[in-house]
Amino acid sequence: MPQLSKDVRHTVTLTLNGDVVSGYAEPRMLLSDFLTHEIGITSCHVGCEHGVCGACTVLVDGTIMRACLTLAVQAEGTTVETSESLASDDNELSELQLAFKKHHGLQCGYCTPGILMSLTAYLKETPKPTEEELRDMLSGHLCRCTGYVGMVKAVLDYCENRTDG
Amino acid sequence: MKPKAFDYLKVSSAEEALAALAQGGEDARIIAGGLSLMPMLNFRLAEPSVLIDISKIDSLNYIRETGGSVEIGAATRQADLMRWDGLERKLPLLHAACPYIGHYQTRAKGTVCGSLSHADPSSELPLCMAVLGGEVDLQSATGKRTLAADQFQTGMLSTAKQTGEMLVAARYPTAKSGEGYAFTEMAQRRGDFAIVALAAVVNANKIKLGIGGVADKPTVREWDVLEGDALDDALNEFAWDLGGYDDIHATARYRRELVRRLGRRVIEEAKSCRS
Repeated sequence: MPQLSKDVRHTVTLTLNGDVVSGYAEPRMLLSDFLTHEIGITSCHVGCEHGVCGACTVLVDGTIMRACLTLAVQAEGTTVETSESLASDDNELSELQLAFKKHHGLQCGYCTPGILMSLTAYLKETPKPTEEELRDMLSGHLCRCTGYVGMVKAVLDYCENRTDG
Repeated sequence: MKPKAFDYLKVSSAEEALAALAQGGEDARIIAGGLSLMPMLNFRLAEPSVLIDISKIDSLNYIRETGGSVEIGAATRQADLMRWDGLERKLPLLHAACPYIGHYQTRAKGTVCGSLSHADPSSELPLCMAVLGGEVDLQSATGKRTLAADQFQTGMLSTAKQTGEMLVAARYPTAKSGEGYAFTEMAQRRGDFAIVALAAVVNANKIKLGIGGVADKPTVREWDVLEGDALDDALNEFAWDLGGYDDIHATARYRRELVRRLGRRVIEEAKSCRS
Protein backbone atom coordinates (compact mmCIF):
# COMPACT_ATOMS: atom_id res chain seq x y z
CA MET A 1 0.00 0.00 0.00
CA PRO A 2 1.44 3.43 -0.89
CA GLN A 3 1.79 6.12 1.74
CA LEU A 4 -1.45 8.09 1.95
CA SER A 5 -0.84 11.82 1.98
CA LYS A 6 -2.36 13.86 4.79
CA ASP A 7 -3.67 16.55 2.45
CA VAL A 8 -5.64 14.28 0.18
CA ARG A 9 -9.06 12.78 0.61
CA HIS A 10 -8.65 9.12 -0.24
CA THR A 11 -11.36 6.76 -1.38
CA VAL A 12 -12.29 4.27 1.32
CA THR A 13 -14.43 1.30 0.33
CA LEU A 14 -15.75 -1.18 2.83
CA THR A 15 -18.62 -3.59 3.29
CA LEU A 16 -21.10 -2.08 5.73
CA ASN A 17 -23.84 -4.38 7.00
CA GLY A 18 -23.63 -6.39 3.79
CA ASP A 19 -23.52 -3.50 1.33
CA VAL A 20 -20.38 -2.23 -0.37
CA VAL A 21 -20.08 1.49 0.37
CA SER A 22 -17.49 4.13 -0.48
CA GLY A 23 -16.59 7.56 0.75
CA TYR A 24 -13.68 9.94 1.06
CA ALA A 25 -11.38 10.32 4.01
CA GLU A 26 -8.18 12.11 4.88
CA PRO A 27 -5.86 9.80 6.84
CA ARG A 28 -6.79 11.56 10.09
CA MET A 29 -10.53 10.96 9.71
CA LEU A 30 -11.93 8.70 12.41
CA LEU A 31 -14.05 5.73 11.41
CA SER A 32 -16.85 7.11 13.59
CA ASP A 33 -16.92 10.35 11.58
CA PHE A 34 -16.60 8.48 8.30
CA LEU A 35 -19.58 6.24 9.02
CA THR A 36 -21.69 9.15 10.20
CA HIS A 37 -20.77 11.98 7.86
CA GLU A 38 -19.55 10.25 4.71
CA ILE A 39 -21.77 7.17 4.64
CA GLY A 40 -24.69 8.62 6.57
CA ILE A 41 -25.59 5.94 9.09
CA THR A 42 -26.99 7.13 12.41
CA SER A 43 -26.04 4.41 14.89
CA CYS A 44 -22.33 5.12 15.42
CA HIS A 45 -22.66 7.56 18.30
CA VAL A 46 -19.78 9.66 19.51
CA GLY A 47 -19.59 10.25 23.25
CA CYS A 48 -16.06 10.80 24.50
CA GLU A 49 -13.88 10.32 21.42
CA HIS A 50 -11.10 8.68 23.38
CA GLY A 51 -12.29 5.13 23.74
CA VAL A 52 -13.83 5.34 27.19
CA CYS A 53 -17.59 5.56 26.75
CA GLY A 54 -18.15 2.82 24.16
CA ALA A 55 -21.01 4.55 22.30
CA CYS A 56 -19.20 4.21 18.94
CA THR A 57 -18.44 0.49 19.28
CA VAL A 58 -18.70 -1.41 15.98
CA LEU A 59 -17.42 -4.70 14.60
CA VAL A 60 -14.62 -4.58 12.03
CA ASP A 61 -14.00 -7.98 10.42
CA GLY A 62 -15.80 -9.47 13.42
CA THR A 63 -13.51 -7.81 15.96
CA ILE A 64 -14.99 -5.35 18.37
CA MET A 65 -13.59 -1.86 18.00
CA ARG A 66 -14.05 1.68 19.16
CA ALA A 67 -14.77 3.50 15.90
CA CYS A 68 -13.36 6.69 17.47
CA LEU A 69 -10.00 4.94 17.94
CA THR A 70 -9.93 3.56 14.41
CA LEU A 71 -9.04 5.52 11.29
CA ALA A 72 -11.32 5.32 8.29
CA VAL A 73 -8.32 4.45 6.09
CA GLN A 74 -7.57 1.49 8.38
CA ALA A 75 -11.01 0.11 7.56
CA GLU A 76 -10.37 0.04 3.82
CA GLY A 77 -11.48 -3.33 2.46
CA THR A 78 -12.91 -4.54 5.76
CA THR A 79 -16.35 -5.71 6.74
CA VAL A 80 -18.00 -3.37 9.22
CA GLU A 81 -21.12 -4.18 11.21
CA THR A 82 -23.16 -1.62 13.10
CA SER A 83 -26.43 -1.95 14.96
CA GLU A 84 -28.33 -1.29 11.72
CA SER A 85 -27.47 -4.90 10.90
CA LEU A 86 -29.41 -6.32 13.83
CA ALA A 87 -33.03 -5.82 12.79
CA SER A 88 -34.35 -7.85 9.86
CA ASP A 89 -34.83 -6.27 6.43
CA ASP A 90 -38.49 -5.60 7.19
CA ASN A 91 -37.54 -3.81 10.43
CA GLU A 92 -38.39 -6.63 12.83
CA LEU A 93 -36.22 -6.11 15.91
CA SER A 94 -33.80 -8.91 16.78
CA GLU A 95 -34.46 -11.00 19.87
CA LEU A 96 -31.70 -9.18 21.73
CA GLN A 97 -33.22 -5.82 20.83
CA LEU A 98 -36.67 -7.03 21.90
CA ALA A 99 -35.23 -8.14 25.23
CA PHE A 100 -33.77 -4.65 25.72
CA LYS A 101 -37.19 -3.19 24.96
CA LYS A 102 -38.99 -5.56 27.30
CA HIS A 103 -36.65 -5.02 30.27
CA HIS A 104 -36.17 -1.29 29.89
CA GLY A 105 -32.54 -1.81 28.88
CA LEU A 106 -32.42 1.63 27.34
CA GLN A 107 -33.78 5.05 28.05
CA CYS A 108 -32.28 7.80 25.92
CA GLY A 109 -30.69 5.17 23.68
CA TYR A 110 -27.44 6.97 23.02
CA CYS A 111 -25.20 4.19 24.35
CA THR A 112 -27.43 1.36 23.12
CA PRO A 113 -26.06 0.71 19.60
CA GLY A 114 -22.52 0.30 20.92
CA ILE A 115 -23.67 -1.99 23.69
CA LEU A 116 -25.68 -4.13 21.26
CA MET A 117 -22.60 -4.53 19.03
CA SER A 118 -20.41 -5.46 22.00
CA LEU A 119 -22.98 -8.05 23.02
CA THR A 120 -23.16 -9.38 19.47
CA ALA A 121 -19.45 -10.24 19.62
CA TYR A 122 -19.36 -11.19 23.28
CA LEU A 123 -22.31 -13.60 23.25
CA LYS A 124 -20.73 -15.53 20.38
CA GLU A 125 -17.72 -16.23 22.60
CA THR A 126 -19.68 -16.51 25.85
CA PRO A 127 -23.23 -17.63 25.06
CA LYS A 128 -24.31 -17.98 28.71
CA PRO A 129 -22.47 -15.42 30.81
CA THR A 130 -23.04 -15.18 34.55
CA GLU A 131 -24.34 -11.87 35.82
CA GLU A 132 -20.86 -11.05 37.15
CA GLU A 133 -19.21 -11.79 33.79
CA LEU A 134 -21.84 -9.76 32.03
CA ARG A 135 -21.40 -6.76 34.34
CA ASP A 136 -17.64 -6.98 33.86
CA MET A 137 -18.11 -6.85 30.10
CA LEU A 138 -20.63 -3.99 30.35
CA SER A 139 -18.03 -1.98 32.30
CA GLY A 140 -16.65 -1.13 28.86
CA HIS A 141 -19.70 1.06 28.20
CA LEU A 142 -21.07 4.13 29.91
CA CYS A 143 -24.84 4.45 30.30
CA ARG A 144 -26.07 7.41 32.33
CA CYS A 145 -29.79 6.51 32.28
CA THR A 146 -30.44 2.91 33.18
CA GLY A 147 -27.96 1.96 35.86
CA TYR A 148 -27.38 -1.17 33.75
CA VAL A 149 -29.99 -3.14 35.71
CA GLY A 150 -32.39 -3.41 32.78
CA MET A 151 -29.60 -4.35 30.42
CA VAL A 152 -28.40 -7.15 32.65
CA LYS A 153 -31.95 -8.50 32.97
CA ALA A 154 -32.45 -8.22 29.23
CA VAL A 155 -29.30 -10.12 28.34
CA LEU A 156 -29.82 -12.85 30.93
CA ASP A 157 -33.41 -13.29 29.72
CA TYR A 158 -32.26 -13.36 26.11
CA CYS A 159 -29.53 -15.93 26.81
CA GLU A 160 -32.05 -18.14 28.62
CA ASN A 161 -34.83 -17.98 26.06
CA ARG A 162 -33.26 -17.16 22.72
CA THR A 163 -34.38 -19.03 19.62
CA ASP A 164 -32.03 -17.31 17.19
CA GLY A 165 -29.10 -19.69 17.71
CA MET B 1 -10.87 16.04 19.68
CA LYS B 2 -9.75 15.38 16.11
CA PRO B 3 -6.17 14.41 15.30
CA LYS B 4 -3.85 16.79 13.53
CA ALA B 5 -3.24 15.79 9.90
CA PHE B 6 -0.71 13.03 9.25
CA ASP B 7 0.32 10.72 6.45
CA TYR B 8 -0.68 7.07 6.79
CA LEU B 9 1.19 3.98 5.68
CA LYS B 10 -0.01 0.42 6.15
CA VAL B 11 2.98 -1.90 5.92
CA SER B 12 3.10 -5.64 5.35
CA SER B 13 6.48 -6.53 6.86
CA ALA B 14 8.68 -5.47 9.76
CA GLU B 15 11.43 -4.48 7.29
CA GLU B 16 9.03 -2.16 5.53
CA ALA B 17 8.00 -0.63 8.84
CA LEU B 18 11.62 -0.05 9.88
CA ALA B 19 12.50 1.52 6.54
CA ALA B 20 9.52 3.86 6.87
CA LEU B 21 10.51 4.69 10.45
CA ALA B 22 14.04 5.54 9.32
CA GLN B 23 12.68 7.73 6.57
CA GLY B 24 10.02 9.35 8.74
CA GLY B 25 12.48 10.59 11.36
CA GLU B 26 11.52 11.65 14.84
CA ASP B 27 7.89 12.44 14.07
CA ALA B 28 7.04 9.01 12.65
CA ARG B 29 4.98 6.80 14.94
CA ILE B 30 4.07 3.13 14.88
CA ILE B 31 0.41 2.25 15.35
CA ALA B 32 -0.80 -1.29 16.08
CA GLY B 33 -4.08 -1.49 18.00
CA GLY B 34 -4.28 2.26 18.51
CA LEU B 35 -5.89 1.96 21.94
CA SER B 36 -3.18 4.08 23.55
CA LEU B 37 -1.99 6.15 20.60
CA MET B 38 -5.37 7.13 19.13
CA PRO B 39 -6.56 8.92 22.30
CA MET B 40 -3.20 10.76 22.31
CA LEU B 41 -3.85 11.78 18.70
CA ASN B 42 -7.44 12.80 19.38
CA PHE B 43 -6.27 14.98 22.27
CA ARG B 44 -3.36 16.22 20.15
CA LEU B 45 -0.94 15.12 22.81
CA ALA B 46 0.86 13.37 19.95
CA GLU B 47 1.19 14.99 16.54
CA PRO B 48 3.09 12.59 14.29
CA SER B 49 3.95 13.40 10.70
CA VAL B 50 3.33 9.83 9.58
CA LEU B 51 1.58 6.84 11.14
CA ILE B 52 3.01 3.44 10.23
CA ASP B 53 0.38 0.76 10.72
CA ILE B 54 1.84 -2.64 11.67
CA SER B 55 -1.45 -4.25 12.69
CA LYS B 56 -1.61 -6.50 9.62
CA ILE B 57 1.93 -7.88 9.78
CA ASP B 58 1.37 -11.58 10.40
CA SER B 59 5.02 -12.24 11.28
CA LEU B 60 4.69 -9.88 14.26
CA ASN B 61 1.53 -11.55 15.51
CA TYR B 62 2.67 -14.49 17.63
CA ILE B 63 3.11 -15.90 21.12
CA ARG B 64 5.90 -18.45 21.49
CA GLU B 65 8.13 -19.96 24.13
CA THR B 66 11.83 -19.18 23.81
CA GLY B 67 14.33 -20.44 26.39
CA GLY B 68 12.66 -19.66 29.70
CA SER B 69 10.45 -16.87 28.40
CA VAL B 70 7.28 -16.31 26.47
CA GLU B 71 7.87 -13.97 23.55
CA ILE B 72 5.04 -11.81 22.28
CA GLY B 73 5.19 -10.05 18.93
CA ALA B 74 4.45 -6.39 18.31
CA ALA B 75 1.09 -6.98 16.62
CA THR B 76 -0.25 -9.49 19.17
CA ARG B 77 -3.40 -8.32 20.85
CA GLN B 78 -4.16 -8.50 24.55
CA ALA B 79 -7.18 -10.68 23.75
CA ASP B 80 -4.87 -13.13 21.92
CA LEU B 81 -2.70 -13.36 25.04
CA MET B 82 -5.77 -13.97 27.21
CA ARG B 83 -6.89 -16.76 24.90
CA TRP B 84 -3.43 -18.36 24.69
CA ASP B 85 -3.80 -21.83 26.20
CA GLY B 86 -0.43 -21.71 27.97
CA LEU B 87 -1.19 -18.51 29.85
CA GLU B 88 -2.25 -19.91 33.22
CA ARG B 89 0.56 -22.47 33.38
CA LYS B 90 3.42 -20.45 31.85
CA LEU B 91 2.55 -16.91 32.88
CA PRO B 92 0.34 -17.16 35.98
CA LEU B 93 1.00 -13.53 36.92
CA LEU B 94 -0.26 -12.33 33.55
CA HIS B 95 -3.18 -14.74 33.78
CA ALA B 96 -4.15 -12.94 36.99
CA ALA B 97 -3.45 -9.46 35.59
CA CYS B 98 -5.03 -9.64 32.13
CA PRO B 99 -8.66 -9.27 33.26
CA TYR B 100 -7.69 -5.91 34.78
CA ILE B 101 -6.35 -4.53 31.47
CA GLY B 102 -8.92 -2.03 30.20
CA HIS B 103 -12.14 -3.70 29.15
CA TYR B 104 -13.23 -6.65 27.01
CA GLN B 105 -13.84 -4.10 24.25
CA THR B 106 -10.37 -2.54 24.40
CA ARG B 107 -8.42 -5.79 24.84
CA ALA B 108 -9.89 -7.03 21.56
CA LYS B 109 -7.70 -4.61 19.64
CA GLY B 110 -5.12 -3.25 22.07
CA THR B 111 -1.71 -4.91 21.80
CA VAL B 112 0.70 -6.10 24.49
CA CYS B 113 3.69 -4.27 23.01
CA GLY B 114 1.59 -1.15 22.44
CA SER B 115 0.82 -0.97 26.14
CA LEU B 116 4.52 -1.43 26.95
CA SER B 117 5.49 1.31 24.49
CA HIS B 118 2.87 3.68 25.85
CA ALA B 119 4.42 3.18 29.33
CA ASP B 120 1.54 4.41 31.43
CA PRO B 121 2.65 4.22 35.09
CA SER B 122 -0.58 2.48 36.12
CA SER B 123 -0.70 -0.10 33.31
CA GLU B 124 -0.72 -3.78 34.14
CA LEU B 125 1.54 -5.15 31.38
CA PRO B 126 4.56 -2.91 32.16
CA LEU B 127 4.14 -3.70 35.87
CA CYS B 128 4.17 -7.46 35.25
CA MET B 129 7.21 -7.07 33.01
CA ALA B 130 9.02 -5.08 35.71
CA VAL B 131 8.31 -7.53 38.52
CA LEU B 132 9.12 -10.62 36.44
CA GLY B 133 12.30 -9.03 35.05
CA GLY B 134 11.32 -9.33 31.39
CA GLU B 135 12.93 -7.68 28.41
CA VAL B 136 12.06 -6.10 25.09
CA ASP B 137 13.66 -6.11 21.65
CA LEU B 138 14.07 -2.75 19.95
CA GLN B 139 14.84 -2.88 16.28
CA SER B 140 15.80 -0.20 13.79
CA ALA B 141 16.80 -0.30 10.14
CA THR B 142 20.43 -0.58 11.25
CA GLY B 143 20.37 -2.90 14.24
CA LYS B 144 18.66 -4.53 17.16
CA ARG B 145 19.15 -4.24 20.90
CA THR B 146 17.57 -5.85 23.91
CA LEU B 147 16.70 -3.90 27.02
CA ALA B 148 15.64 -5.14 30.44
CA ALA B 149 12.27 -3.85 31.67
CA ASP B 150 13.79 -1.32 34.08
CA GLN B 151 16.07 0.08 31.38
CA PHE B 152 13.25 0.30 28.86
CA GLN B 153 10.64 2.25 30.80
CA THR B 154 12.26 5.48 31.94
CA GLY B 155 9.30 7.35 33.41
CA MET B 156 5.73 8.43 32.85
CA LEU B 157 4.81 7.71 29.22
CA SER B 158 8.49 7.60 28.34
CA THR B 159 10.83 4.83 27.31
CA ALA B 160 14.40 4.40 26.08
CA LYS B 161 13.12 3.77 22.55
CA GLN B 162 14.94 6.09 20.17
CA THR B 163 14.05 7.63 16.84
CA GLY B 164 13.90 4.93 14.20
CA GLU B 165 13.40 2.11 16.69
CA MET B 166 10.37 -0.12 16.99
CA LEU B 167 9.50 -2.42 19.87
CA VAL B 168 9.31 -5.69 17.93
CA ALA B 169 8.91 -8.22 20.73
CA ALA B 170 8.50 -8.51 24.49
CA ARG B 171 9.62 -11.45 26.62
CA TYR B 172 8.03 -12.39 29.91
CA PRO B 173 9.95 -15.02 31.96
CA THR B 174 7.94 -18.20 32.43
CA ALA B 175 6.85 -19.42 35.86
CA LYS B 176 9.48 -21.23 37.90
CA SER B 177 8.71 -24.09 40.22
CA GLY B 178 8.61 -23.02 43.84
CA GLU B 179 7.36 -19.53 42.98
CA GLY B 180 3.92 -18.11 43.64
CA TYR B 181 2.36 -15.20 41.80
CA ALA B 182 -0.49 -12.83 42.54
CA PHE B 183 -1.92 -9.61 41.15
CA THR B 184 -4.52 -7.15 42.31
CA GLU B 185 -5.43 -3.54 41.82
CA MET B 186 -7.75 -0.83 43.07
CA ALA B 187 -9.58 1.36 40.57
CA GLN B 188 -12.68 3.54 40.75
CA ARG B 189 -14.50 1.10 38.52
CA ARG B 190 -13.49 -2.14 36.85
CA GLY B 191 -11.31 -1.32 33.85
CA ASP B 192 -10.42 2.21 34.92
CA PHE B 193 -6.81 3.20 35.36
CA ALA B 194 -5.46 1.70 38.56
CA ILE B 195 -5.08 3.97 41.56
CA VAL B 196 -2.64 1.35 42.79
CA ALA B 197 -1.76 -1.91 41.02
CA LEU B 198 0.22 -4.62 42.77
CA ALA B 199 2.07 -7.70 41.52
CA ALA B 200 3.87 -10.14 43.80
CA VAL B 201 6.32 -12.98 43.19
CA VAL B 202 7.26 -15.13 46.18
CA ASN B 203 9.65 -18.09 46.45
CA ALA B 204 11.23 -19.93 49.39
CA ASN B 205 13.75 -17.14 50.06
CA LYS B 206 12.50 -13.92 48.53
CA ILE B 207 9.47 -11.68 48.23
CA LYS B 208 9.27 -9.39 45.24
CA LEU B 209 6.55 -6.73 45.08
CA GLY B 210 5.91 -4.40 42.16
CA ILE B 211 3.72 -1.32 42.46
CA GLY B 212 2.11 0.58 39.60
CA GLY B 213 0.11 3.79 39.66
CA VAL B 214 2.03 5.55 42.43
CA ALA B 215 5.50 6.49 41.16
CA ASP B 216 6.18 7.60 37.57
CA LYS B 217 6.88 4.02 36.52
CA PRO B 218 6.42 0.54 37.97
CA THR B 219 8.64 0.15 41.00
CA VAL B 220 9.88 -3.19 42.32
CA ARG B 221 11.26 -3.99 45.74
CA GLU B 222 12.70 -7.27 46.93
CA TRP B 223 13.00 -8.57 50.47
CA ASP B 224 14.11 -11.74 52.16
CA VAL B 225 11.04 -13.60 53.28
CA LEU B 226 9.38 -11.51 55.99
CA GLU B 227 6.45 -12.20 58.26
CA GLY B 228 4.24 -10.32 60.67
CA ASP B 229 5.35 -6.90 61.87
CA ALA B 230 8.57 -7.02 59.87
CA LEU B 231 6.55 -7.31 56.65
CA ASP B 232 4.25 -4.48 57.73
CA ASP B 233 7.26 -2.28 58.44
CA ALA B 234 8.83 -3.11 55.10
CA LEU B 235 5.58 -2.31 53.26
CA ASN B 236 5.20 0.95 55.15
CA GLU B 237 8.72 2.01 54.20
CA PHE B 238 8.08 1.06 50.56
CA ALA B 239 4.79 2.99 50.57
CA TRP B 240 6.55 6.17 51.73
CA ASP B 241 9.51 5.71 49.40
CA LEU B 242 7.22 5.58 46.36
CA GLY B 243 6.50 9.29 46.83
CA GLY B 244 2.84 9.18 45.84
CA TYR B 245 0.91 12.38 45.29
CA ASP B 246 -2.64 13.67 45.64
CA ASP B 247 -4.75 13.82 42.51
CA ILE B 248 -8.40 13.83 41.52
CA HIS B 249 -8.66 10.04 42.05
CA ALA B 250 -6.99 9.58 45.42
CA THR B 251 -4.84 11.21 48.06
CA ALA B 252 -1.21 10.24 48.61
CA ARG B 253 -2.23 8.95 52.03
CA TYR B 254 -4.86 6.66 50.54
CA ARG B 255 -2.31 5.35 48.05
CA ARG B 256 0.12 4.54 50.86
CA GLU B 257 -2.66 2.75 52.70
CA LEU B 258 -3.42 0.67 49.60
CA VAL B 259 0.24 -0.28 49.24
CA ARG B 260 0.32 -1.40 52.89
CA ARG B 261 -2.99 -3.28 52.91
CA LEU B 262 -3.15 -4.70 49.41
CA GLY B 263 0.61 -5.30 49.46
CA ARG B 264 0.18 -7.61 52.40
CA ARG B 265 -2.81 -9.31 50.78
CA VAL B 266 -1.13 -9.88 47.41
CA ILE B 267 2.03 -11.24 49.05
CA GLU B 268 -0.01 -13.66 51.19
CA GLU B 269 -1.87 -14.78 48.09
CA ALA B 270 1.36 -15.35 46.17
CA LYS B 271 2.75 -17.35 49.10
CA SER B 272 -0.34 -19.51 49.26
CA CYS B 273 -0.16 -20.46 45.58
CA ARG B 274 3.54 -21.34 45.46
CA SER B 275 3.92 -24.46 43.35
